[in-house]
Amino acid sequence: MANDIPTKATLTPFDRPNSYVGRNLSRPGARRAVAGRGTYTDDVVLPRMLHGACVRSPYAHAKIVRIDTTAARKAPGVALVMTGAELAKRCTAPWMGTLKVFEGMKSAPQYPMAVDRACWQGEPVVFIAARTRAEAEDAAELVEVAWEELPVVAEKKTALDPKTPVLHASLGDNLAFRKLIDTGDVEAAFKAADHVIEETFEFGRHTAVSLEPRSMIADWNPANERLAVYISNQVPHMMQYLFSRTLGVPEHNVRVVSHDVGGSFGMKIHSYGDEVAACAASMMLGRPVKFIADRLESFLTDIHARENTVRAKIGFNKDGTITAFDIDDLSGIGAYSQYPRTSVFEANQILNITAGPYKHPNYRARATVVYMNKVPTSQYRAVGHPIGITVAEALVDRAAETLGMDPVEIRRRNVMEDNSYPRLTGSGIKVLDLSHQACLEKLVRLMDYDALRAEQALLRNKGIWRGIGIAAFIKGTAPGPQGLYGAGGAPIAAQDACTIKLEPSGNVICAVGVSEQGQGVDTVMQQIAATGLGVPFESVRVISGDTETTPYGGGTYASRATAIGGEATYQAARKLRAEILVIAGALLQSDPKVLDIRNGVVVDAANGTLRIPLSEIGRIGHFQLGELPNDVQPTLSVTHRYRLLDLPYIFTNGIHGAYVEVDVDTGFIRHLKHWVVEDCGRIINPQLADEQVRGGAVQGLGGALYEHCIYDENAQLQNGTLADYIIPMAVEMPDIVVDHVQTPTGQSELGAKGAGESGTGAAPGVIMGAVNDALRPFGARVTIQPMTPEVVLQALGKL
Amino acid sequence: MTGEETTEITLTVNGERIARRVRVREHLVDFLRGELQLTGSHLGCEHGICGACSVRVDGVVVRGCLMLAVQADGAEVTTIEGLTDTGEIADLQAAFVERNALQCGFCSPGMLVTAADLLKAAKPATREEIRNFLSGNFCRCTGYHAIVDAVETTLNKRLGR
Repeated sequence: MANDIPTKATLTPFDRPNSYVGRNLSRPGARRAVAGRGTYTDDVVLPRMLHGACVRSPYAHAKIVRIDTTAARKAPGVALVMTGAELAKRCTAPWMGTLKVFEGMKSAPQYPMAVDRACWQGEPVVFIAARTRAEAEDAAELVEVAWEELPVVAEKKTALDPKTPVLHASLGDNLAFRKLIDTGDVEAAFKAADHVIEETFEFGRHTAVSLEPRSMIADWNPANERLAVYISNQVPHMMQYLFSRTLGVPEHNVRVVSHDVGGSFGMKIHSYGDEVAACAASMMLGRPVKFIADRLESFLTDIHARENTVRAKIGFNKDGTITAFDIDDLSGIGAYSQYPRTSVFEANQILNITAGPYKHPNYRARATVVYMNKVPTSQYRAVGHPIGITVAEALVDRAAETLGMDPVEIRRRNVMEDNSYPRLTGSGIKVLDLSHQACLEKLVRLMDYDALRAEQALLRNKGIWRGIGIAAFIKGTAPGPQGLYGAGGAPIAAQDACTIKLEPSGNVICAVGVSEQGQGVDTVMQQIAATGLGVPFESVRVISGDTETTPYGGGTYASRATAIGGEATYQAARKLRAEILVIAGALLQSDPKVLDIRNGVVVDAANGTLRIPLSEIGRIGHFQLGELPNDVQPTLSVTHRYRLLDLPYIFTNGIHGAYVEVDVDTGFIRHLKHWVVEDCGRIINPQLADEQVRGGAVQGLGGALYEHCIYDENAQLQNGTLADYIIPMAVEMPDIVVDHVQTPTGQSELGAKGAGESGTGAAPGVIMGAVNDALRPFGARVTIQPMTPEVVLQALGKL
Repeated sequence: MTGEETTEITLTVNGERIARRVRVREHLVDFLRGELQLTGSHLGCEHGICGACSVRVDGVVVRGCLMLAVQADGAEVTTIEGLTDTGEIADLQAAFVERNALQCGFCSPGMLVTAADLLKAAKPATREEIRNFLSGNFCRCTGYHAIVDAVETTLNKRLGR
């Protein structure tokens, strides 16, 4: 049953001796970073640069009666004080965070800074540019805002109650979006099932906490009316559109550059008002303006994620067959739907992916998305997946418990068979090339599952309470233009592109639309380009993260860089190779078909005899064109674009295992070991893929165990420092064993699927499963994340 | 609010004698980054938790955001740039690159400064002890496993194990 090796036994171009696909090559960017020679946005200093700071709303909901900036304008070093109303006048139109594909969705128009009313604590109100950040902050303290507090919508559960105030009168109520998926006949299935179990789950709002906060420099040059924005970001072309559209600068006059990005995780793909304000300030002053969010500003204004309550039901029979799932999600987003990707993706993804690995024929899923006076939520790593996976896996575990069946066995009986694709999930999504069975069996071996169970039983006799968790998943990666972006109307490319050029030296420049935040995108593209072309790795240089020098692309989001950008790069390299062989054929008077490029040299394909190095092709192709026949005009530069056809996503799959120990007196959870087996298709760089999975898993564990944006009843954030908002530390995290099954996607020649979020999606579910396994002898069960000691003790009835 | 209060300080940074007039409210890392353009030390939280600004002052690892520049008067300060130039942690840096013990790299300078302290002690350490030692330095990308591997490998090599 298990297929541990690529499914096709035949040799592919990636098995060639000078292929770099499947090899661990270290990242050139890493060498700079460890020497302290990275170039993060805050490291950049431009001539005559000013520094920005914001006055922000101290209230979750309040009317701006009056703003007095007189004292601030006179403060030392101050060059500009700009209110939200003044900024709004420079904006072409307000933002509207809706997409056509989300039928019936509502949102209110939003300006980058509050104009007459602030709708969340931290919303920017006044932007100040001064000689130093310190002076800008001093001046911010001198701004006097007269506020009139308004009633606050702080609770998602009562947001739709008739007596709850309506946040945006024009919307009529606080509802952003509703959606229902209903396949089969869930009610009939529940009636027919031997057992039906219902449970409600709570997920606490958390956020990305990139170690480098949002950072940018806006540099308007009045002489040529061009705006350059250096910004820590994942999506340079989307930001180009955003600044262009918001401030009315023609798109081709906006350049967006992302140097080294100090973490992003989906948080840096959105619109932020303070960043637009910095651009406007630069345009008003004709000087560069830097804005770096501090940590409190980051907690208050970066997008948040996952404030959800999910009521869920599972129907199953005595033999362990699952017949139906029914989930009802309530998502509490923020005061607006985040432009331009919206704030309803998370709920939408929960509906799409919950119980995705299983064969149940009946599935009903409902989402209700409501507005409240908090900072908007939007896409953060593994959007929706942690919630949907936690819910489904907890229900599967309860079904197993009810039947006295092993959690592995119930999954074995219900996962889709590896030979059954293409097929539809319960939510109606077409899935291809998945490997649930292979991954499950590999995980069981990797964990030495039976030995762990034996150890668990032994330790229970000694009063040591350990638990084992298993969580299977599907993950939507590499979205296509038929899905939510292109079709939805968002100005975000789902295609991506590579421009590859042979230089006179014979070296290769490869410019890509996908971008690097430390995952190793540049290295992976370098490996793919070198492989596609047949040149040494070192002879390729990759350029990314600059709208001026890269072909238009979507950037890096939704685990798309390798799957989409990688295929574009591979095909571009193959096209350039073909052209080089035509030129070589003309020079050598050979048929290009009998030639190949190996290690940077054109050779006879049959026996590898060296014919002409690429340095000669480069020299002749750029300088000595007289050596070529008149009908051969070298271009030596190819742009190739790739998009996913006919599918909304390339779905991947995998499974996690976890082994924990719970101290039933203190409620502390010790995470002892974590395993992941996942299938991201053909792996380009195994080490980089593994580290994506490890880092992603720990990020998921953070949300499940510690991370929580805690708000009081006035929607005031209670823990806006890293002392109070806990992220995982080294000592709390376990070693993580990672392995793969590789089922290449049939959607591309490269066969790569996304890997960046597969660690994050199932980590919260597997750790909850493990904790509940540990608590089982006490008849206790945790259904709330983060699973703080308090939550564990409450479950045990000790608090 | 008129002119800011400033004062003269003299200190050694990465082996070089430096004399500057600094704003008294400026913390050490802003001084290193802004005035001396040593941008390897990073600011992640500015309240002493994340460890990205860790530098060595008189042989001890400190949070550069919790120390004022004026407090460094007369001190010997070593940043990631200095540790790189002297070659003290060349093996550790190579291990970080080889093991991919960093992704975005924003935490790496601080992480390396802290790990250098562990290596200086030249005593065997378990993975648990390494994890404990590094827990004042947050990394949001790697999940720490690769960092622990790189530090462990370097330590064992130095101890000839």
